[in-house]
Amino acid sequence: MAKTLFEKVWERNLIAPETDERPGILHIGLHLIHEVTSPQAFTVLAERGLRVRRPDLTLGTIDHSVPTMPALPNGDLPYATDAARNQVETLRTNCGKHRIPLLDLGDDRRGIVHVVGPELGRTRPGMTIVCGDSHTSTHGAFGALAFGIGTTEVGHVLATQALLQRKPKTMRVNFVGTPPKSVTGKDLALAMIKRIGTQGGTGYVLEYMGEAISALSMEARMTLCNMSIEAGARAGMVAPDAVTWDYLDRAVGEALPRDDDLCTDDGANFDVDITIDAASIRPMATFGTAPDQSMAISDDVPDGEDGLDYMQLAPGQKLSDARVSKVFVGSCTNGRIEDMRAVAEVLRGRTVSAGLRMLVVPGSEQVKKQAESEGLDAIFVEAGAEWREPGCSMCIAMNGDRGEPGELVVSTSNRNFRGRQGEGVRTVLASPYTAAASAVKGVIADPEEFL
Amino acid sequence: MSMDKFESLTSRTVVLTEENIDTDQIIPARFLTTTSKDSLADACFHDWRFTSSGQLRDHSLNAVDLNTHKVLVAGNNFGCGSSREHAPWALMALGFKVVISTEIADIFRSNSLKNGLLPVTVEQDVLEALIADPGREVSVDLETQTLRFGNREVSFTIEPFARRCLLDGQDSMDVLLSAIPDIEAFEETRA
Repeated sequence: MAKTLFEKVWERNLIAPETDERPGILHIGLHLIHEVTSPQAFTVLAERGLRVRRPDLTLGTIDHSVPTMPALPNGDLPYATDAARNQVETLRTNCGKHRIPLLDLGDDRRGIVHVVGPELGRTRPGMTIVCGDSHTSTHGAFGALAFGIGTTEVGHVLATQALLQRKPKTMRVNFVGTPPKSVTGKDLALAMIKRIGTQGGTGYVLEYMGEAISALSMEARMTLCNMSIEAGARAGMVAPDAVTWDYLDRAVGEALPRDDDLCTDDGANFDVDITIDAASIRPMATFGTAPDQSMAISDDVPDGEDGLDYMQLAPGQKLSDARVSKVFVGSCTNGRIEDMRAVAEVLRGRTVSAGLRMLVVPGSEQVKKQAESEGLDAIFVEAGAEWREPGCSMCIAMNGDRGEPGELVVSTSNRNFRGRQGEGVRTVLASPYTAAASAVKGVIADPEEFL
Repeated sequence: MSMDKFESLTSRTVVLTEENIDTDQIIPARFLTTTSKDSLADACFHDWRFTSSGQLRDHSLNAVDLNTHKVLVAGNNFGCGSSREHAPWALMALGFKVVISTEIADIFRSNSLKNGLLPVTVEQDVLEALIADPGREVSVDLETQTLRFGNREVSFTIEPFARRCLLDGQDSMDVLLSAIPDIEAFEETRA
């Protein structure tokens, strides 16, 4: 019988199928943990006298709470609060106690959990990956089944390396046509979320396909799969192809055996099938406080939408009228080397608008090192932007990096919720190209003229 | 191990009419640096309930006795966004036992069920009736999966395994622990 990519990966990792009374038991190939959503799970293990069953299939990193400012002269990191420092130290203690490999501060492989998994070659096609973080969907770009879980389930995986899961439904998202260069994986993601809505994917695993997807780099595919959760879908997937295997071969330094069965068979059935014309997509930005409230930057702000008061935008106005306070480049959505190169392409020989502050935050130590070896950091700094240490930074704003009340932030991150980047902060989600163009112009700007 | 049971509840509602209430609203990220599940009541809907200087705002969540209003009625797509289990922890710390909406996001729903916070999805007309009469008394029965208010009785569905765990007060971890021989056998075949 013809099967979808999702069904194949599901069946490969299924220990026991679901019954009416009990969900399926799904084996987990890689469990990524970080400091924010793991401590209470380790507490449960301690209370119950349980050990971590497969520390070899678990990998810890430090990203959410860590400052992106360099260490102080005395070597201390400038944590936002003592609680943030304590959370990092708690993860270090828990990983030490349970012999879980940890990409600790000072490790040249450390970074945002969804950046390091792929770049270390730990993310592989056909496997299951979970993490106490909703953007775990990122890893689906490699044809893995990857989804976010809560802390109770983090405890389940630590103790058993398995999860109880009902089989989700499937949705094919077919991108036809070829978009212009200024349209990136981020713009495709925003267009997809606008199309199906913030709850359109609830209960579904999305599979992205079509010529516009085949043409994307792995970085761009990760951006797209990352944002699947913003449409309510816990997972998004792309079937592995030559682009995928080439990326992984480079990551691990050897030629991995190909797995040609990891694709959706001809004639396989999806519960829902949608088609998006990629050729008609233009650089996108959000105008509201939910990620499905986006528009082509060149269009007028629509009427009758929630959140315009909060965003201080009026129906019919141009986004290019909106003065920008800060620009943030980074996060698990757009903190990879290709994103750094995109920003440098726009900023090279230009300067950040007077009075505007721009943070460029690499997603990992490896991204930082690579960017610096290409001289990108010098381009950012000469343009007037700040080049920071790796971390989640202003995407989650719990680490000292944030906007001030009322500020308008153009951000390459994933959520424009009220207060996400600080109390009263107005967030506009956009691509790295758009973020850089907006930094130069001082207003929300279509990057077309810079490319 | 056992967890708190949920069988039935009769209590009053608090209504939040907003749609797409995300977990950053339920508990802003700056409160996530905790390493415990405790003391999250003040963090719950913090920026809706308190001004930046910590004064109580004029808000429906501040206007009622939450000891007698344990049912949260919210606009469509409640709990979207981040996977933080701190969201149900915080809602329960504030006193809520049931959340009712027309759609409840996947991860939030899964997290809620594991903590004894019952996520009930209803049809649009039911939600509208509940929104129209904030503070009304409702009865939720998990055994029969029925919601009653006024002269109305509507059914809802909870995933059968999660429902059984809630009714019996059973921790789902126990089911996985008892499956470890199967998990080991599976790993053997793939080694």
